[in-house]
Amino acid sequence: MKVFMLGWEFPPFISGGLGTACYGLTKAMSRLGTEIVFVLPRAAQSSQSSHVKMLSAEGHIKTEELNDFQNVRFKAIVSALRPYVPSQIDEASENKRKDHRTYTWHNNPSEHTQIYSHDIYEQVCRYAQKAAEIASVEDFNVIHAHDWMTYPAGVEVARLGGKPLVVHVHSTEFDRSGEHINQAIYDIERQGMHAADKIIAVSNYTKNIIINRYGISPDKVEVVYNGVESNNGTPVQELPNKSDKIILFLGRITMQKGPEYFIAAAKKVLEKINNVKFVMAGDGDMTHRMIEYAAWLGIGHKVFFTRFLRGADVDRAYKMADLYVMPSVSEPFGIAPLEAIRHGVPVLISKQSGIAETLKNALKVDFWDIDQMANKMVAVLKRSPLSRTLREYGNIEIGKFRWKDSAAKVNKIYKEMPACAQARV
Amino acid sequence: MASVCFYFQVHQPYRLRNYTIFDTGSDYFDDAKNAQICRKVARKCYLPANQLMLELIKKYNGRFRISYSITGCLLEQLQLYAPDVLQSFQELARTGCVEFLAETYHHSLSFLYSRNEFIEQIKAHKRTIQRLFHQRPRVFRNTELIYNNQLAELIENIGGFDAILGEGADHILGYRSPNFVYSPKKCRKLKLLLKNYRLSDDIAFRFSNRSWSQWPLNAHKFAGWVNSANGCGFTVNLFIDYETFGEHQWEDTGIFNFLRHLPDEILKHPDNDFKTPSEVAAAYDSVDVVDVPYTISWADIERDLSAWLGNPMQHNALAELYRLEDTVKRTKDKDIIRDWRKLQTSDHFYYMCTKWFADGDVHKYFNPYDSPYDSYINFMNVLDNLACRCSRAVSEEEKRDSIYQEQAPANQRVLQKI
Repeated sequence: MKVFMLGWEFPPFISGGLGTACYGLTKAMSRLGTEIVFVLPRAAQSSQSSHVKMLSAEGHIKTEELNDFQNVRFKAIVSALRPYVPSQIDEASENKRKDHRTYTWHNNPSEHTQIYSHDIYEQVCRYAQKAAEIASVEDFNVIHAHDWMTYPAGVEVARLGGKPLVVHVHSTEFDRSGEHINQAIYDIERQGMHAADKIIAVSNYTKNIIINRYGISPDKVEVVYNGVESNNGTPVQELPNKSDKIILFLGRITMQKGPEYFIAAAKKVLEKINNVKFVMAGDGDMTHRMIEYAAWLGIGHKVFFTRFLRGADVDRAYKMADLYVMPSVSEPFGIAPLEAIRHGVPVLISKQSGIAETLKNALKVDFWDIDQMANKMVAVLKRSPLSRTLREYGNIEIGKFRWKDSAAKVNKIYKEMPACAQARV
Repeated sequence: MASVCFYFQVHQPYRLRNYTIFDTGSDYFDDAKNAQICRKVARKCYLPANQLMLELIKKYNGRFRISYSITGCLLEQLQLYAPDVLQSFQELARTGCVEFLAETYHHSLSFLYSRNEFIEQIKAHKRTIQRLFHQRPRVFRNTELIYNNQLAELIENIGGFDAILGEGADHILGYRSPNFVYSPKKCRKLKLLLKNYRLSDDIAFRFSNRSWSQWPLNAHKFAGWVNSANGCGFTVNLFIDYETFGEHQWEDTGIFNFLRHLPDEILKHPDNDFKTPSEVAAAYDSVDVVDVPYTISWADIERDLSAWLGNPMQHNALAELYRLEDTVKRTKDKDIIRDWRKLQTSDHFYYMCTKWFADGDVHKYFNPYDSPYDSYINFMNVLDNLACRCSRAVSEEEKRDSIYQEQAPANQRVLQKI
């Protein structure tokens, strides 16, 4: 089986879970012997990635990992694509329009919204055009497109070559923007899903959105859960004794991730216990508002903002945490909680997430239920048997989230498509 | 000779309401939900099943005999929410064909944590049975058939009991059959009746299971299995949750019809009869001593304590609960003591069980929580509040005592003057 794969994030150029997912999935598929041509936009320099060494297309992979990716060839298209641009543009204009209706304290959209290009659709078109050119000289059985920015490319390549198209939905416009969706992006998503022969959703949660919001027939959508990289036995570095407990938020600080619920819960927790700190690791258009919100609530001295973290810093953040919280308003899957468990950290996740439907050894709350969120945060900090049980059983459970299984399921989906039935795997 | 010995466990806990760390009230229990479940189970199980038992007892003129163990916490709830059920149990008691067993009033795990509390709860339960059913229980069964040598020894020392019930687990019986009467180790008089778990579970768990090779099970077939015990045993002990009838196995599975025809099929064999546990203990001699050095129960495939003491949360919750015992009792506050006892019901710890994967279905029965973690968090919040109430009550008590002591000399002076 040869796959023409279209993505837009791949380590080290990542800003969220998508890059991690593409990396894990491609690596596992390659190991299973599936040949992949991975088309990727090469990110232009931006403030966030400036400290990262620019690599050639093939240079995405560290040399020691080359064996794992021996069936993958990377093709780069130079562009300035950033995955989460639209919601951020939306947020900025939204804030201007809505003024301060939501919060009585003063807010300013973060200056980061300014650095993104507004010709995003042009970029998407360019990517589609270039991808079609690459496809014309490649030999493959199936096209696999990850998230909306690559759907037009997928549709175009399928139209030209008559090959079956699989679109992989890692998130939808409704996850990123709530009810105030960007119509143009929704249209792109919808066209891609309707043009596809098969849709892979990262959870039943996402599958339901695809069915209900995009008018797709349920039997066209398959659910393939993400995996988590197994622990490569990196020794857990002992941290200096800390007197305070730490509750960690790690993710983009955007509306989708529910940072304001985290801070509101923090306020409630601090009414009950004092020896606790709240760390918000990540960045996004709501960062400044959240800093101000914490200050406005009078807990600014207890909430710490690290801004965007990478690599070893992410590991360090997990290791110092006593609890990881994912209060997402809408989370298609949620790899981060699995990463937290892998680092031995108990997790509290919102029920509005794909991971909540399958992960048992986690605490769960509705993202809006501040009382319960605070109640459970306090419980984890106060009751060591609770965090112990969550850690022990969670660690066993994450063994079931293996990229190998996800890859096998994706292969099975390819094989079951009539147009691919003939191809050798 | 094969005697069929039916014992039905009848129990509902007081379920807790959603109680966060921010709650401060002392209303821990979800009265509305408890009432609702109580009425629902009454409608689906207790009322129709009791009605059927009554009919059968009358029809067979004393030859159909059964026994119940009804927990104190259910009896209280029945009085509140379903008095008609209580009346029908009383009517059953009046037939003289129904035996009521003794257990811990609150269906607790107190045997494992506090002998004093354990004994107090048995006494309370015996008093209640006597008051409601005019019977003095002669047979003891511990919560969830939790059993070991020490339990039997303790029950014999408490006195007043002829027999104790246990699970006929393979690993304690070995080659022996549960269809005989045994003696617990170190007991001289007390007899041990062991559950025939194969035949009991055929009714309780497998009855409606269509993938079971013996499905559908009818009374005739079941009586045949009982008859085969003839010659290799005296008694077939069928120990079953009463909620099996109509609640675990719904009416449309045919469970009531099965029960309706069972006495007829059993009694077709001239050597068969029905006996209550006391009658079994009186009729048959012990054939052997059964040594149970470690604790067994009737739960799950493990037949051990892991359903209540399988993870750190359960250990912690139980240890903290019983650590409060002295403080609770020192308050002499009836409400505090009553709430503390309601928290002892084993169901609270069963909800915290994390071994879903093999035994999940049974654990889900009326489980008010989405996860064992939620159950533990809720329970511990309640326990925290109870502990606060205790220390408040104790300090008030001490304050009163000290006021009294200050006044005492003055009073004495007055007395001296007189």
